[in-house]
Amino acid sequence: MIEIELFQRIFLAVGLLIAVTILLCIYRAVVGPGVFNVVAAVNVIGTKTIALLVLIGYYFERPMFFDIALLYAMLNFIGTLIFAKYLERGEVCSR
Amino acid sequence: MLEVVVVLVLVLGVFFLFVGAIGLLRFPDFYTRLHATGKCDTLGVGLVILGLLIYHLFYYSDSLLVCVKLFFLILFIFISNPTATYALMKAAYRTGVAPWKLGDERR
Amino acid sequence: MTENEGKGFRMILTFCVMFLFWLLLSGIFDALHLTAGVLCSLIVAVISHDLLVVGKRNKTIVRSFRVLMYIPWELWQIVLANLDVAYRVLHPKMPIDPLIIEFDTTLRSDFALVTLANSITLTPGTITIGIKNGRFWVHAVAKEPAEALTVDGTMQQKVADAYMEW
Repeated sequence: MIEIELFQRIFLAVGLLIAVTILLCIYRAVVGPGVFNVVAAVNVIGTKTIALLVLIGYYFERPMFFDIALLYAMLNFIGTLIFAKYLERGEVCSR
Repeated sequence: MLEVVVVLVLVLGVFFLFVGAIGLLRFPDFYTRLHATGKCDTLGVGLVILGLLIYHLFYYSDSLLVCVKLFFLILFIFISNPTATYALMKAAYRTGVAPWKLGDERR
Repeated sequence: MTENEGKGFRMILTFCVMFLFWLLLSGIFDALHLTAGVLCSLIVAVISHDLLVVGKRNKTIVRSFRVLMYIPWELWQIVLANLDVAYRVLHPKMPIDPLIIEFDTTLRSDFALVTLANSITLTPGTITIGIKNGRFWVHAVAKEPAEALTVDGTMQQKVADAYMEW
Protein backbone atom coordinates (compact mmCIF):
# COMPACT_ATOMS: atom_id res chain seq x y z
CA MET A 1 0.00 0.00 0.00
CA ILE A 2 2.84 2.37 0.85
CA GLU A 3 4.43 1.54 -2.47
CA ILE A 4 1.30 2.49 -4.36
CA GLU A 5 1.29 5.87 -2.61
CA LEU A 6 4.94 6.31 -3.56
CA PHE A 7 4.13 5.53 -7.18
CA GLN A 8 1.26 8.02 -7.10
CA ARG A 9 3.75 10.74 -6.18
CA ILE A 10 6.18 9.63 -8.88
CA PHE A 11 3.40 9.72 -11.48
CA LEU A 12 2.39 13.20 -10.35
CA ALA A 13 6.00 14.42 -10.74
CA VAL A 14 6.41 12.81 -14.17
CA GLY A 15 3.08 14.25 -15.32
CA LEU A 16 4.11 17.72 -14.21
CA LEU A 17 7.45 17.39 -16.05
CA ILE A 18 5.63 16.36 -19.25
CA ALA A 19 3.36 19.39 -18.79
CA VAL A 20 6.49 21.58 -18.62
CA THR A 21 7.76 20.12 -21.93
CA ILE A 22 4.33 20.88 -23.43
CA LEU A 23 4.70 24.47 -22.24
CA LEU A 24 8.08 24.68 -23.99
CA CYS A 25 6.46 23.43 -27.20
CA ILE A 26 3.63 25.98 -26.92
CA TYR A 27 6.22 28.72 -27.50
CA ARG A 28 6.97 27.23 -30.93
CA ALA A 29 3.26 26.70 -31.61
CA VAL A 30 2.47 30.36 -30.95
CA VAL A 31 5.59 32.18 -32.19
CA GLY A 32 7.05 29.70 -34.71
CA PRO A 33 7.68 31.47 -38.03
CA GLY A 34 5.55 29.96 -40.74
CA VAL A 35 2.64 27.57 -40.63
CA PHE A 36 4.79 24.42 -40.84
CA ASN A 37 6.49 25.12 -37.52
CA VAL A 38 3.08 25.59 -35.92
CA VAL A 39 1.74 22.29 -37.30
CA ALA A 40 4.88 20.42 -36.23
CA ALA A 41 4.64 21.86 -32.72
CA VAL A 42 0.94 20.96 -32.47
CA ASN A 43 1.73 17.40 -33.56
CA VAL A 44 4.43 17.18 -30.89
CA ILE A 45 2.07 18.49 -28.22
CA GLY A 46 -0.49 15.87 -29.25
CA THR A 47 2.08 13.09 -28.99
CA LYS A 48 3.10 14.22 -25.51
CA THR A 49 -0.57 14.41 -24.51
CA ILE A 50 -0.91 10.66 -25.17
CA ALA A 51 1.71 9.92 -22.49
CA LEU A 52 0.03 12.43 -20.19
CA LEU A 53 -3.38 10.76 -20.65
CA VAL A 54 -2.01 7.32 -19.76
CA LEU A 55 -0.32 8.82 -16.68
CA ILE A 56 -3.61 10.45 -15.64
CA GLY A 57 -5.29 7.06 -16.02
CA TYR A 58 -2.90 5.58 -13.47
CA TYR A 59 -2.93 8.57 -11.15
CA PHE A 60 -6.73 8.59 -10.77
CA GLU A 61 -6.98 4.79 -11.29
CA ARG A 62 -9.44 5.09 -14.17
CA PRO A 63 -8.71 2.49 -16.89
CA MET A 64 -11.04 4.35 -19.24
CA PHE A 65 -8.27 6.84 -19.98
CA PHE A 66 -6.29 4.22 -21.93
CA ASP A 67 -9.05 4.01 -24.53
CA ILE A 68 -9.10 7.79 -24.72
CA ALA A 69 -5.32 7.74 -25.23
CA LEU A 70 -5.64 5.23 -28.10
CA LEU A 71 -8.34 7.34 -29.76
CA TYR A 72 -6.31 10.50 -29.24
CA ALA A 73 -3.26 8.89 -30.86
CA MET A 74 -5.30 8.03 -33.95
CA LEU A 75 -6.95 11.46 -34.13
CA ASN A 76 -3.61 13.24 -33.74
CA PHE A 77 -2.05 11.15 -36.52
CA ILE A 78 -4.93 11.62 -38.95
CA GLY A 79 -5.15 15.33 -38.17
CA THR A 80 -1.47 15.86 -38.92
CA LEU A 81 -1.72 13.86 -42.15
CA ILE A 82 -4.72 15.86 -43.36
CA PHE A 83 -3.08 19.14 -42.43
CA ALA A 84 0.10 18.17 -44.31
CA LYS A 85 -1.97 17.21 -47.36
CA TYR A 86 -3.90 20.47 -47.21
CA LEU A 87 -0.74 22.55 -46.94
CA GLU A 88 0.82 20.64 -49.84
CA ARG A 89 -2.07 20.76 -52.32
CA GLY A 90 -4.33 23.55 -51.11
CA GLU A 91 -7.32 21.18 -50.84
CA VAL A 92 -8.15 18.08 -48.90
CA CYS A 93 -10.22 16.06 -51.37
CA SER A 94 -8.54 16.31 -54.74
CA ARG A 95 -9.56 14.03 -57.56
CA MET B 1 14.10 -3.26 -7.18
CA LEU B 2 10.97 -2.93 -9.31
CA GLU B 3 10.54 0.68 -8.27
CA VAL B 4 14.05 1.42 -9.50
CA VAL B 5 13.38 -0.10 -12.93
CA VAL B 6 10.05 1.71 -13.36
CA VAL B 7 11.45 5.06 -12.22
CA LEU B 8 14.54 4.65 -14.42
CA VAL B 9 12.43 3.99 -17.52
CA LEU B 10 10.08 6.89 -16.71
CA VAL B 11 12.98 9.31 -16.11
CA LEU B 12 14.69 8.25 -19.34
CA GLY B 13 11.44 8.86 -21.21
CA VAL B 14 10.98 12.30 -19.67
CA PHE B 15 14.63 13.12 -20.46
CA PHE B 16 14.08 12.34 -24.14
CA LEU B 17 10.83 14.35 -24.13
CA PHE B 18 12.80 17.30 -22.73
CA VAL B 19 15.51 16.86 -25.38
CA GLY B 20 12.80 16.90 -28.06
CA ALA B 21 11.25 20.09 -26.67
CA ILE B 22 14.62 21.85 -26.35
CA GLY B 23 15.52 20.77 -29.88
CA LEU B 24 12.23 22.18 -31.12
CA LEU B 25 13.20 25.52 -29.57
CA ARG B 26 16.94 25.54 -30.38
CA PHE B 27 17.38 24.17 -33.88
CA PRO B 28 17.58 26.77 -36.65
CA ASP B 29 14.90 25.71 -39.16
CA PHE B 30 11.86 23.52 -39.75
CA TYR B 31 13.66 20.43 -41.09
CA THR B 32 16.22 20.22 -38.30
CA ARG B 33 13.48 20.79 -35.72
CA LEU B 34 11.65 17.76 -37.04
CA HIS B 35 14.89 15.78 -36.56
CA ALA B 36 14.64 16.49 -32.85
CA THR B 37 10.91 15.87 -32.43
CA GLY B 38 10.44 12.95 -34.80
CA LYS B 39 12.99 10.77 -33.03
CA CYS B 40 12.92 11.93 -29.41
CA ASP B 41 9.15 12.07 -29.04
CA THR B 42 8.72 8.57 -30.42
CA LEU B 43 11.16 7.01 -27.97
CA GLY B 44 10.23 9.33 -25.09
CA VAL B 45 6.50 8.58 -25.18
CA GLY B 46 7.28 4.91 -25.83
CA LEU B 47 9.50 4.73 -22.74
CA VAL B 48 6.97 6.52 -20.49
CA ILE B 49 4.23 4.10 -21.52
CA LEU B 50 6.65 1.16 -21.20
CA GLY B 51 7.39 2.16 -17.60
CA LEU B 52 3.66 2.28 -16.82
CA LEU B 53 3.25 -1.11 -18.53
CA ILE B 54 5.90 -2.68 -16.27
CA TYR B 55 4.19 -1.08 -13.25
CA HIS B 56 0.84 -2.50 -14.33
CA LEU B 57 2.32 -5.94 -14.93
CA PHE B 58 3.39 -6.26 -11.28
CA TYR B 59 0.80 -4.30 -9.33
CA TYR B 60 -2.46 -4.97 -11.19
CA SER B 61 -1.74 -8.46 -12.54
CA ASP B 62 -5.47 -9.36 -12.54
CA SER B 63 -6.25 -7.23 -15.62
CA LEU B 64 -3.64 -8.11 -18.23
CA LEU B 65 -5.77 -6.92 -21.17
CA VAL B 66 -4.77 -3.36 -20.31
CA CYS B 67 -1.11 -4.34 -20.78
CA VAL B 68 -1.90 -5.52 -24.31
CA LYS B 69 -3.74 -2.26 -24.94
CA LEU B 70 -0.74 -0.23 -23.82
CA PHE B 71 1.54 -2.41 -25.96
CA PHE B 72 -0.62 -1.66 -28.99
CA LEU B 73 -0.48 2.04 -28.11
CA ILE B 74 3.36 1.90 -28.15
CA LEU B 75 3.32 -0.01 -31.46
CA PHE B 76 0.92 2.50 -33.01
CA ILE B 77 3.06 5.45 -31.91
CA PHE B 78 6.20 3.82 -33.32
CA ILE B 79 4.50 3.41 -36.70
CA SER B 80 2.45 6.62 -36.88
CA ASN B 81 4.90 9.20 -35.56
CA PRO B 82 7.60 8.73 -38.25
CA THR B 83 4.85 8.69 -40.88
CA ALA B 84 3.44 12.00 -39.68
CA THR B 85 6.96 13.46 -39.65
CA TYR B 86 7.49 12.22 -43.20
CA ALA B 87 4.19 13.75 -44.36
CA LEU B 88 5.10 17.15 -42.88
CA MET B 89 8.62 17.00 -44.38
CA LYS B 90 7.27 16.13 -47.82
CA ALA B 91 4.63 18.87 -47.70
CA ALA B 92 7.25 21.46 -46.69
CA TYR B 93 9.72 20.30 -49.35
CA ARG B 94 7.07 20.30 -52.11
CA THR B 95 5.88 23.81 -51.21
CA GLY B 96 9.44 25.09 -51.36
CA VAL B 97 10.51 25.76 -47.80
CA ALA B 98 14.27 26.16 -48.27
CA PRO B 99 16.50 23.99 -46.04
CA TRP B 100 18.86 25.79 -43.69
CA LYS B 101 22.55 25.65 -44.68
CA LEU B 102 25.54 26.16 -42.43
CA GLY B 103 26.06 29.90 -41.95
CA ASP B 104 22.49 31.03 -42.73
CA GLU B 105 20.30 33.09 -40.43
CA ARG B 106 18.04 31.28 -37.97
CA ARG B 107 14.43 31.22 -39.01
CA MET C 1 -6.73 -14.59 -62.03
CA THR C 2 -4.09 -13.45 -59.58
CA GLU C 3 -6.60 -10.91 -58.28
CA ASN C 4 -9.07 -13.54 -57.07
CA GLU C 5 -6.57 -16.20 -56.10
CA GLY C 6 -5.65 -14.94 -52.66
CA LYS C 7 -8.89 -13.04 -52.00
CA GLY C 8 -10.51 -15.54 -49.64
CA PHE C 9 -7.29 -16.01 -47.70
CA ARG C 10 -6.81 -12.25 -47.37
CA MET C 11 -10.41 -11.77 -46.22
CA ILE C 12 -10.13 -14.51 -43.60
CA LEU C 13 -6.81 -13.20 -42.30
CA THR C 14 -8.14 -9.62 -42.12
CA PHE C 15 -11.26 -10.88 -40.31
CA CYS C 16 -9.17 -12.82 -37.76
CA VAL C 17 -6.86 -9.89 -37.07
CA MET C 18 -9.78 -7.44 -36.72
CA PHE C 19 -11.74 -9.76 -34.42
CA LEU C 20 -8.69 -10.39 -32.20
CA PHE C 21 -8.16 -6.65 -31.99
CA TRP C 22 -11.83 -6.16 -31.05
CA LEU C 23 -11.53 -8.75 -28.26
CA LEU C 24 -8.39 -7.06 -26.91
CA LEU C 25 -9.94 -3.63 -26.88
CA SER C 26 -13.35 -4.52 -25.48
CA GLY C 27 -12.36 -7.14 -22.90
CA ILE C 28 -16.04 -8.13 -22.40
CA PHE C 29 -17.05 -11.63 -23.53
CA ASP C 30 -20.86 -11.74 -23.49
CA ALA C 31 -23.11 -12.52 -26.45
CA LEU C 32 -23.98 -8.94 -27.40
CA HIS C 33 -20.39 -7.71 -27.61
CA LEU C 34 -19.18 -10.83 -29.44
CA THR C 35 -21.95 -10.55 -32.05
CA ALA C 36 -21.26 -6.88 -32.61
CA GLY C 37 -17.56 -7.68 -32.95
CA VAL C 38 -18.17 -10.40 -35.54
CA LEU C 39 -20.42 -8.07 -37.55
CA CYS C 40 -17.96 -5.17 -37.50
CA SER C 41 -14.97 -7.37 -38.36
CA LEU C 42 -16.94 -8.92 -41.25
CA ILE C 43 -17.81 -5.51 -42.67
CA VAL C 44 -14.18 -4.35 -42.40
CA ALA C 45 -12.89 -7.60 -43.93
CA VAL C 46 -15.26 -7.39 -46.91
CA ILE C 47 -14.60 -3.72 -47.61
CA SER C 48 -10.84 -3.52 -47.10
CA HIS C 49 -9.40 -7.00 -47.56
CA ASP C 50 -6.68 -5.67 -49.86
CA LEU C 51 -5.21 -3.16 -47.42
CA LEU C 52 -3.73 -5.25 -44.60
CA VAL C 53 -2.56 -8.40 -46.38
CA VAL C 54 -0.92 -8.04 -49.78
CA GLY C 55 0.48 -10.88 -51.84
CA LYS C 56 0.44 -14.64 -51.80
CA ARG C 57 -0.17 -16.98 -48.91
CA ASN C 58 3.25 -18.56 -48.33
CA LYS C 59 5.28 -15.43 -48.79
CA THR C 60 3.13 -13.39 -46.39
CA ILE C 61 3.75 -15.67 -43.42
CA VAL C 62 7.48 -16.15 -44.09
CA ARG C 63 7.89 -12.41 -44.54
CA SER C 64 6.17 -11.50 -41.29
CA PHE C 65 8.62 -13.75 -39.41
CA ARG C 66 11.60 -12.20 -41.16
CA VAL C 67 10.30 -8.70 -40.39
CA LEU C 68 9.92 -9.69 -36.72
CA MET C 69 13.60 -10.68 -36.73
CA TYR C 70 14.46 -7.22 -38.09
CA ILE C 71 12.78 -5.34 -35.21
CA PRO C 72 15.41 -5.77 -32.39
CA TRP C 73 18.20 -4.31 -34.54
CA GLU C 74 15.86 -1.42 -35.41
CA LEU C 75 15.10 -0.76 -31.71
CA TRP C 76 18.83 -0.55 -30.97
CA GLN C 77 19.22 1.92 -33.85
CA ILE C 78 16.39 4.04 -32.38
CA VAL C 79 18.21 4.27 -29.05
CA LEU C 80 21.43 5.28 -30.85
CA ALA C 81 19.48 7.89 -32.84
CA ASN C 82 18.06 9.45 -29.69
CA LEU C 83 21.47 9.65 -28.03
CA ASP C 84 22.80 11.26 -31.23
CA VAL C 85 20.01 13.86 -31.23
CA ALA C 86 20.50 14.50 -27.51
CA TYR C 87 24.22 15.13 -28.14
CA ARG C 88 23.50 17.53 -30.99
CA VAL C 89 20.77 19.41 -29.10
CA LEU C 90 22.59 19.78 -25.80
CA HIS C 91 26.03 20.58 -27.27
CA PRO C 92 26.61 24.37 -26.85
CA LYS C 93 27.76 24.84 -30.46
CA MET C 94 25.16 22.53 -32.10
CA PRO C 95 27.32 20.45 -34.49
CA ILE C 96 24.90 20.35 -37.43
CA ASP C 97 25.50 20.77 -41.15
CA PRO C 98 22.29 19.81 -42.98
CA LEU C 99 22.30 18.41 -46.50
CA ILE C 100 19.89 16.56 -48.79
CA ILE C 101 20.97 13.32 -50.45
CA GLU C 102 19.42 10.93 -52.98
CA PHE C 103 19.96 7.22 -53.45
CA ASP C 104 18.37 4.26 -55.24
CA THR C 105 17.15 0.99 -53.77
CA THR C 106 15.98 -2.29 -55.22
CA LEU C 107 12.81 -2.32 -53.08
CA ARG C 108 9.46 -2.05 -54.89
CA SER C 109 6.59 -3.30 -52.68
CA ASP C 110 4.71 -0.78 -50.54
CA PHE C 111 5.38 -2.48 -47.20
CA ALA C 112 9.12 -2.63 -47.81
CA LEU C 113 9.24 1.03 -48.85
CA VAL C 114 7.26 2.11 -45.78
CA THR C 115 9.50 0.05 -43.50
CA LEU C 116 12.66 1.52 -44.98
CA ALA C 117 11.27 5.09 -44.87
CA ASN C 118 10.23 4.79 -41.22
CA SER C 119 13.54 3.13 -40.35
CA ILE C 120 15.45 5.97 -41.99
CA THR C 121 13.39 8.51 -40.04
CA LEU C 122 14.05 6.74 -36.75
CA THR C 123 17.78 6.06 -37.22
CA PRO C 124 20.59 8.52 -36.42
CA GLY C 125 20.52 11.86 -38.17
CA THR C 126 18.35 11.19 -41.22
CA ILE C 127 14.71 11.83 -42.21
CA THR C 128 12.96 10.71 -45.39
CA ILE C 129 11.58 13.54 -47.53
CA GLY C 130 10.27 11.71 -50.58
CA ILE C 131 10.07 8.35 -52.35
CA LYS C 132 9.53 7.71 -56.04
CA ASN C 133 10.02 4.33 -57.76
CA GLY C 134 12.46 3.12 -55.14
CA ARG C 135 14.47 6.36 -55.20
CA PHE C 136 14.78 8.08 -51.81
CA TRP C 137 15.31 11.75 -50.95
CA VAL C 138 16.76 12.04 -47.46
CA HIS C 139 17.46 15.07 -45.26
CA ALA C 140 20.57 14.41 -43.17
CA VAL C 141 21.64 16.53 -40.24
CA ALA C 142 25.39 16.12 -40.88
CA LYS C 143 27.87 14.39 -43.20
CA GLU C 144 28.51 11.17 -41.24
CA PRO C 145 24.87 9.95 -41.01
CA ALA C 146 24.42 10.69 -44.72
CA GLU C 147 27.44 8.56 -45.57
CA ALA C 148 26.06 5.72 -43.45
CA LEU C 149 23.18 5.54 -45.95
CA THR C 150 24.87 6.26 -49.29
CA VAL C 151 28.25 4.55 -48.83
CA ASP C 152 27.59 1.87 -46.23
CA GLY C 153 23.98 0.82 -46.94
CA THR C 154 23.55 -1.65 -44.05
CA MET C 155 19.93 -0.68 -43.56
CA GLN C 156 18.86 -1.13 -47.18
CA GLN C 157 20.52 -4.56 -47.07
CA LYS C 158 18.66 -5.54 -43.88
CA VAL C 159 15.24 -4.39 -45.14
CA ALA C 160 15.81 -6.13 -48.46
CA ASP C 161 16.71 -9.32 -46.58
CA ALA C 162 13.60 -9.01 -44.40
CA TYR C 163 11.25 -8.60 -47.38
CA MET C 164 13.24 -10.88 -49.71
CA GLU C 165 13.55 -8.23 -52.46
CA TRP C 166 17.15 -8.16 -53.50
